[in-house]
Amino acid sequence: MRWRVLGAAVGTAVVVLASACGLGPGSGTELTVYSAQHEDLVRVMLDGFARETGIDVKLRSGGDFELGNQLVQEGSASPADVFLTENSPAMTLVSGQGLLAPLDAGTLAQVPPQYASSGKDWVGFAARSTVLAYNPSLQPERELPTSIMDLAGPRWEDAVGIAAAGADFQAIVSAVVAVRGEAAAQAWLRGLKANAKIYRSNVAVMAAVNSGEVRTGLMYHYYWYKDRAESGGNSADTELKFFGNSDAGAFVSVSGAGVLKSSRHAADAQKLVRYLTSRSGQEALVDSDALEYPVGTGIAANSTLKPLSELDPPTVDIGRLNGPRVVELMQQAGLL
Amino acid sequence: MALISDPRPVAVDPDDGGAAAYPAGPGARPSYPPLLLLAAVAVALLALVPLGFVVGYTISTGWAETVRLVVRPRTADLLWNTARLTAGCVLLCAVVGTAAAWLVERSSLPGRRVWNVLLVAPLAVPAFVNGYGWVSITSAVTGYAGALLIVTLSYFPLVHLPVAAALRGLDPGLEETACALGLSRWGAFRRVVLPQLRPALLGGSLLVALHLLAEFGALQLLRYATFTTAIYDQYQSSFASAAATMLAGVLVLCCLLLLLAEIRLRGRARYARLGGGAPRPAGRTRLGRLTVPALAGLGALVALALAVPLGSLVRWLVTGTSTAFDGRVLAEAAVTSLGLGAVAAGVTTLLAVPVAWLAVRHRGRLSTLLERSTYVGSALPGIVVALALVTIAIRGARPLYQTTPLLVAGYAILFLPRAMVTVRSALAQAPPVLDSVAHSLGAGTLSTLRRVTLPLVAPGLGAGAALVFLAVVTELTATLLLSPIGTRTLATEFWQQSSSLAYGAAAPYAALMVLISAPATWLLTREPGRGTPR
Repeated sequence: MRWRVLGAAVGTAVVVLASACGLGPGSGTELTVYSAQHEDLVRVMLDGFARETGIDVKLRSGGDFELGNQLVQEGSASPADVFLTENSPAMTLVSGQGLLAPLDAGTLAQVPPQYASSGKDWVGFAARSTVLAYNPSLQPERELPTSIMDLAGPRWEDAVGIAAAGADFQAIVSAVVAVRGEAAAQAWLRGLKANAKIYRSNVAVMAAVNSGEVRTGLMYHYYWYKDRAESGGNSADTELKFFGNSDAGAFVSVSGAGVLKSSRHAADAQKLVRYLTSRSGQEALVDSDALEYPVGTGIAANSTLKPLSELDPPTVDIGRLNGPRVVELMQQAGLL
Repeated sequence: MALISDPRPVAVDPDDGGAAAYPAGPGARPSYPPLLLLAAVAVALLALVPLGFVVGYTISTGWAETVRLVVRPRTADLLWNTARLTAGCVLLCAVVGTAAAWLVERSSLPGRRVWNVLLVAPLAVPAFVNGYGWVSITSAVTGYAGALLIVTLSYFPLVHLPVAAALRGLDPGLEETACALGLSRWGAFRRVVLPQLRPALLGGSLLVALHLLAEFGALQLLRYATFTTAIYDQYQSSFASAAATMLAGVLVLCCLLLLLAEIRLRGRARYARLGGGAPRPAGRTRLGRLTVPALAGLGALVALALAVPLGSLVRWLVTGTSTAFDGRVLAEAAVTSLGLGAVAAGVTTLLAVPVAWLAVRHRGRLSTLLERSTYVGSALPGIVVALALVTIAIRGARPLYQTTPLLVAGYAILFLPRAMVTVRSALAQAPPVLDSVAHSLGAGTLSTLRRVTLPLVAPGLGAGAALVFLAVVTELTATLLLSPIGTRTLATEFWQQSSSLAYGAAAPYAALMVLISAPATWLLTREPGRGTPR
């Protein structure tokens, strides 16, 4: 009896695994997307793409640099057709290895040039602003720092939460390197090593600020807006400080999309990137609950957000942000 | 009889009936059937792949680069964090586990059967679910003190189980003699009982320490950085890079040092006895006025280890604001987890058979060596095994890359030791003399296998498979790194949700994992000392 049950279980398992491996009754083409963007947002956009084109997509989710380095190691034999990042440095890494195909001119025309790579092999499809979340009952607004660089000073000991292992924070560091130079960034990281409390994710940083565990936290804007829109459970006792003034802390990071040179479905892959930056793709992003900024020309962001035009970010060539160097600097500072 | 951590039987095996089973004398060479030997060698090599990878990688990286990657401030932080957590937790688990075992086995504590189950039940709650249960109700459990509390609550049964089994098996005569010679109760416990518990205590402590070195989910949730969490962070910021692999090298070194320390500490003393000893249970110490405090203590322990995490889990299931979870994804993840568990359990048990067969029926240096090499996996954290397999597949075995077989191979390497323990003892129960008897009665080889050997070993194989299944369903680290595109398991879905603090959405996955683990854990309380859950 037990053996029959076991046999049935193994049988079921084999069927399930076989279908999971794609041996089951399959559809036509299926694109493989390596995505570091939030899975719920990506699924919303991919569903729109599937409705418009009938092309299905298989998703591998991971971190920016995890997937970026994975693509580099896989080289030309990668199963990926399209790469989506949360931040541009990982895209730059893959592009620098010559693994990305040039994008269709029509795709590039849909987005202002500052949100695409100068090499025309990837394009932004969403943007997010760096913010400092703070707990007003512990951290009076008038005593907030005027620059992100201040956070390395002795006044901020144990007062800053960061998600050091996350790609978002690493992108912010790359902006500090780009705006202030490597030596200043190095000193800043050493200061943060002394001052910062490390959390797993931006949400965890925000929750810690909200509960008063730490006075302030570096993160991106949309976690806060999203939480406020849902329940405010992790953000009710927090406010956001936008640094502005072209400060490194006002950095606006761009999520990129690119097609792999090695893609065996290049035409469909180009279609996907074109869709992501098109009016319908960008509107799907605006309508979703992600609350990131759209970057498509003429697409307005969700009206609850502080308008992109008021953020006054530093001028940074997003194609030159150096991810691997940032990881090295963070390793030297003992943050990784 | 065999100790929970030590698969080598202490007593003389019952399989000495067949000539082939006699240990080879000086000069005599045991004969190994070539096919069986080939299979066993292949399995042993598979088990040694991760270790070989780490060593090979370190050599090929070169001394200067290795030093640059390893000797940096972060490594010192991690070493200190890992060492103090391991030391603290092992000590606490030893004290709590032994005290609980003594109360249940040797005192007049009421409700002993119930306590026996309740004290093992924390094993059904994976440590990362325990951490989630705590951290989702209070952030006070982050950092060293919190991490120490939670890992101790998760792992003390690993000491409690073998110590309780050892206490049951002790000959009460020794204690009585000691008392008759003038020792107090406490004196007899300290000078007679405790030394006899040493192998069980050390074995249990070693298990706790190895689990801690491998622990990822719980510590990541509690914001306590150790080598394993740091390797994962490195993986996230640089994939399977030299920095990650070098940290893995240091971690492997820690594991090997632990194994050596345990062997040294266990010493050369012999604990086996001839004959059955006094055939009656040991006397129970009357607790008297201490009954209430003892009950309160155990009650508090069970409340912290079980009631808090499970209560928190139920609360999230009922009220979570983010409970708008996708039932289809849940079902799909559950089926994938069960399927992977079943396949990995079958494969791993099958792999254990040739090695165990050689070890039992063709004893010799080579078969012992092969058997020992399959135990290496139990000392290797999942993250190290996964990192090794990813790098090897991407560089030299592309067809396997990102496939289910590679994931199953990872599970097999990690959990082969569990299957080995049970398969080996099962085979020992089917001595070759029975084969000879069957042959002499006219049964052919196949029919002997079907009618004599299989029925004898089937329960053992089943138990081994069940242990592996249980471990696979709650495995997190290797699954995160090795699962093929689109494969979502209960553990990975739970992890994804809890990473973005969607505690309500994570709850159903955690609850299913606990439900699946519960029956196997229940079995453990009925057959103490049978295996080592992780």
